[in-house]
Amino acid sequence: MTPQPIPLRSRAEGLAAHLPPLLAEAQHLAASVILGEHGRRRPGLGDAFWQYRPAIQGDSARAIDWRRSARSDQHFVQEKEWQATQTVMFWVDRAMSMQFSSAADVPRKADRAAVLALAAAVLLVRGGERVGLTNMSGAPKAGRLQLDRLARALEAENHAEDSAEYGTPDANLLPAHARAVFISDFMGDMAGVRSALTKAADRGVKGVLMQVLDPVEEAFPFQGRMIFESMKATLRHESRMAGALRDQYQERLGARKDALWSLAQSVGWQYHCHHTDDTPAPAFLWLYHALERPR
Amino acid sequence: MVVFGPIGFGAPWLLAGLLALPVLWVLLRAVPPAPIRRRFPAVVLLLGLKDETAQAQKTPWWLLLLRVLAVGAMIVGFAGPVVNPQAKQDGSSPVLVFIENGWASAADWSARISRVRSALEKAGQAGRPVAVVVSGDLPPEGLPFMAAGAWGGRLAGLAPVPWDVALSPAVDVITQSEAEFDTLWLSDGLAQAARSPLLRAFEAHGQVEVFQSPAARLGLRPSTFSDGVIHLTALRDAPGPARDVVVAGIGPDPSGTLRVLSQLPLSFAPDQRTASAQLSLPPELRNRITRFRIQGIDSAGAVSLADDSLRRRRVALLGGASGREGLELLSPLHFLHQALQPTADLLEGTLADLLRASPDVIILADVAVLSSPDQKAVAKWVAQGGLLLRFAGPRLAASDAGRDGEDILLPVRLRAGGRTVGGAMSWGEPRTLAPFSDVSPFFGLNLPEDVTVRAQVLAEPGPDLFARVIATLADGTPLVTRKTLGDGQIVLFHVSANAEWSTLPLSGLFMQMLNRLAVSTQPARPVADELKGTVWVAKQLLNGFGQIDVAGDRPGVQGTRLVQAPADDLPPGVYGSDDRRIAVNVIAPDRVLAPAQWPARISPVWGGAPRARDISGWVLALALGALALDIFASLVLTGRLRGAKGLTAGLVLITLWPHPDMAQAQAQDQVQDQALAVQDRVISAAANVTLAHVLTGDAQVDRVAFAGLTGLSDELFRRTSVEPAPPVGVHLETDELAVFALLYWPVIADQPLPSAETYLRLNRYLNAGGMILFDTRDGDVAGFANSSTPAAARLRTLARPLEIPALEPVPEDHVLTRAFYLLTEFPGRYIGRAVWVEAAPSDAPLAEGMPFRNLNDGVSPVVIGANDWAAAWAVGASGAPMFPVGRGLAGERQREMAFRFGVNLVMHVLTGNYKSDQVHVPALLERLGL
Repeated sequence: MTPQPIPLRSRAEGLAAHLPPLLAEAQHLAASVILGEHGRRRPGLGDAFWQYRPAIQGDSARAIDWRRSARSDQHFVQEKEWQATQTVMFWVDRAMSMQFSSAADVPRKADRAAVLALAAAVLLVRGGERVGLTNMSGAPKAGRLQLDRLARALEAENHAEDSAEYGTPDANLLPAHARAVFISDFMGDMAGVRSALTKAADRGVKGVLMQVLDPVEEAFPFQGRMIFESMKATLRHESRMAGALRDQYQERLGARKDALWSLAQSVGWQYHCHHTDDTPAPAFLWLYHALERPR
Repeated sequence: MVVFGPIGFGAPWLLAGLLALPVLWVLLRAVPPAPIRRRFPAVVLLLGLKDETAQAQKTPWWLLLLRVLAVGAMIVGFAGPVVNPQAKQDGSSPVLVFIENGWASAADWSARISRVRSALEKAGQAGRPVAVVVSGDLPPEGLPFMAAGAWGGRLAGLAPVPWDVALSPAVDVITQSEAEFDTLWLSDGLAQAARSPLLRAFEAHGQVEVFQSPAARLGLRPSTFSDGVIHLTALRDAPGPARDVVVAGIGPDPSGTLRVLSQLPLSFAPDQRTASAQLSLPPELRNRITRFRIQGIDSAGAVSLADDSLRRRRVALLGGASGREGLELLSPLHFLHQALQPTADLLEGTLADLLRASPDVIILADVAVLSSPDQKAVAKWVAQGGLLLRFAGPRLAASDAGRDGEDILLPVRLRAGGRTVGGAMSWGEPRTLAPFSDVSPFFGLNLPEDVTVRAQVLAEPGPDLFARVIATLADGTPLVTRKTLGDGQIVLFHVSANAEWSTLPLSGLFMQMLNRLAVSTQPARPVADELKGTVWVAKQLLNGFGQIDVAGDRPGVQGTRLVQAPADDLPPGVYGSDDRRIAVNVIAPDRVLAPAQWPARISPVWGGAPRARDISGWVLALALGALALDIFASLVLTGRLRGAKGLTAGLVLITLWPHPDMAQAQAQDQVQDQALAVQDRVISAAANVTLAHVLTGDAQVDRVAFAGLTGLSDELFRRTSVEPAPPVGVHLETDELAVFALLYWPVIADQPLPSAETYLRLNRYLNAGGMILFDTRDGDVAGFANSSTPAAARLRTLARPLEIPALEPVPEDHVLTRAFYLLTEFPGRYIGRAVWVEAAPSDAPLAEGMPFRNLNDGVSPVVIGANDWAAAWAVGASGAPMFPVGRGLAGERQREMAFRFGVNLVMHVLTGNYKSDQVHVPALLERLGL
């Protein structure tokens, strides 16, 4: 069952309610004209005090800080810190493989991914950041309206019929020096992931790889004669003794996870694996810490 | 049908399918169970993985075996297996089933009928017409051959008859028939002359198969009574090893239920055909026995009905006071003594004593007048069914009894004086008797020539004289007259009981006349001559199985027919005429049973072929069970039944598994223990004062009643010197009521009505001085319903059969108001409803200075109220009251008054009207403040 946008948003907001506003870390940013709450550790336009500098020809008389100037003979001007908003781009995998849930009480991977993404977006918007989806038209924006747009876009993707079997991360429209969050099960082709990450790293985008898996995909609790099919039945594998395949399957799964982790490390991203039968709070906590400004 | 040993198959070609089983095995083996399809997005990780074990997964061998077994069982089941198939009968001619249904066939009648049924089935399968002929009821025209199925319903109507059935009429019927048929002859095993002709007649038509039980047939000769003991003889038809049988004497016990009164073991010596023994019983028991029966045999021949020959009548003899001793021969009672001594129990004494001994006959020999109370007593006794036999004599002739008007104890009015004929001073010869008319009880008796009458008392002619004469002289003078009085009769012999006036007492006719009047009973079987002219009516009839049937309206039987063998017109039973009873038994007193003799070519069989049983149903059920198991096993193997699903399946199987019912055995033990406990309770209740409550069936009401009586008992213990035992719940139907002082009866609307015997016991209890306290417990609503609440209506229905006197509300000066405490109200949980007791006599006077009238000498048998006393008295286990009464302190006062009423009631029950005594008046006046 795909959740409605409003409940999705309220759930996401509920999840984010107990965490302080998220402040993204900016390592080095290109000059930008838009102001935000993140200090750039350099003087510039902003609200927070940075340093005092002597006044030069051309500063308006109003800008002189008289208290500081009274201590000495020169006139000083207060410099503010350069604050700029951060952009966080989300990519939530809505391919057919994500529409799978193994039991009725386990949510689908796509739903869990959407919840996590939107929760993070809520916190970011509260902290004044700009959020966006990689496949959404229009630039990433800040504000609560953007959250509605995000939710609507995630919902609309749910109803697309001809999605592919497995999703590939979309790194085409990532603004430079933004942050990215890729939430998927990463069962698709690793080459696609690699190329996306490379592209993102070229632009200087740092981010998070969050892998969402179903518990049966992790544990492989199958016995006997089985025919495994992908969600659109394009791939199938027949086994006469499924129990005997378990070890090999888990080996392969571990290998893929390792590949993902090492790939993320190599481009400076972070990787986490979440299972849908767990509560989303630990995963979100991790996501929050991952996007938190390093202290 | 193809037969393999004990099993035959109806459709044997289906068994060819069993050849396909190996092919099935190979097929099933090669086809593994179907795989499950699963959606699994991570299948990309599985691509390329190979199963480790190279061999294909095969079905496990035991599952294969189960499936093959299931298919095999289905094939066999559909092939129609039959256990014990009947061998094909050669011949297709019709079958005659000839059933002998004399009394000897009743003992194993059900086995015969089942043999006939299996013969019908066999014939039905072969399509042969069947005729079922019963030897006692031969078809008038030809043998009725019909389809076998048509006879099935008629078998239930066949029954053995309780007499010997001759086979000679059957010989005629069979020889007249010209059809060809095979015969199944169910013989009863007794020898008959017509048996070999009948066998030859059957063999002339076809094959004969004889069905006869090898067990010996038993019979019981009629019981005889002589020398004070009963002689019983049992017969068997074939001598054999020693055998013991038990003969039971059955009769009504004092309460009327039939039960075995006495048992006598008889043992057949080896190779003996008779077994005799003697039974000695007290007269009371002997007079009550109605029949003897060999225990364990259900046939009319094993029953011997008892009649008057076992009973001795009680005859009371009363002669006038004779002051002449030594002249015994002239005593009027001498001849009666001699005549009646061997056959009746004689009583002598004063009339009052004699009446108290409840004789069957009172003989007054030459008694003229009785005193008035004696006369009344005798008249009452006669009206209740006694026979008063009076003889004339000098005293009666000299008295004026019955001269002016009809005396109540004389059948006719007598003329003054008498008549002397043929004596020294008279003309003529002594007169002889005239032959008896056909309405007289003496009709048919032979008149010896030497009976003459010299003197007699004359009857006054009148309108009703003719109807009352039962014997006359040759010239028409009445000799014996009789009238009925109520249920009994009074007979007057107009001659004396000794030989002075006539030679009648010297002759055998006298004995016979006394017999006919049922004054004496004959120990020996009557002969035809004695019964000539009498008509007997069947009172009880015996059916073929030895059970007593009610005799419907059957025509009377001539006495001479009665002594002959029983047949269709004389079924065995007890026949009565007036007061006499004669039993017609199946077996004559001198009968000897002989077994039937068959020629060597005929060997009777018994048991017959066991009935063919079709087991295809069972085999198919087995196949279905195997398939169900296979489903279960497949589910387990493919892993679909795991975890919670398997657990629930296992639990369902366990709960549906049938387990033996142990609860029933436990319940029976409990009932027995309870019965013993009840006995002990009753015994201990008799030793103390015990209050009892009637168990109504409603557990709550009974609990409250018990608690209430416990509370009342405790209060009695505390306040008075009455120390009651714990109260007892009484089952009205089973428990003894007499041991309880007070019976508390809470009436509920749906209380079951007690049975008639219970009402008898309750009435006896009330008459003996018990008291029942009826409590309808609806005092709170009784006022609104105007005494027509459901409980009150039920009480009216319950109490209707009880013998309750008229009731009235308790008057102010009833002894209940002062039996222990001085009370004005009798509250229970409710207050204000009237309490009803036995009505005082309306004319009870109030003496001067007495505060109360002298009412009710005894204890009122019932007290009826609606105030729910038990709830007010009820205490719980801790001693605290169980139910609230009223509110607050006023309620507690009301409870106290309720207890006082209870104490008063128990004191009244135990002491009656003690407090009505004058001795208490001053104290009472003082207490009442007067």
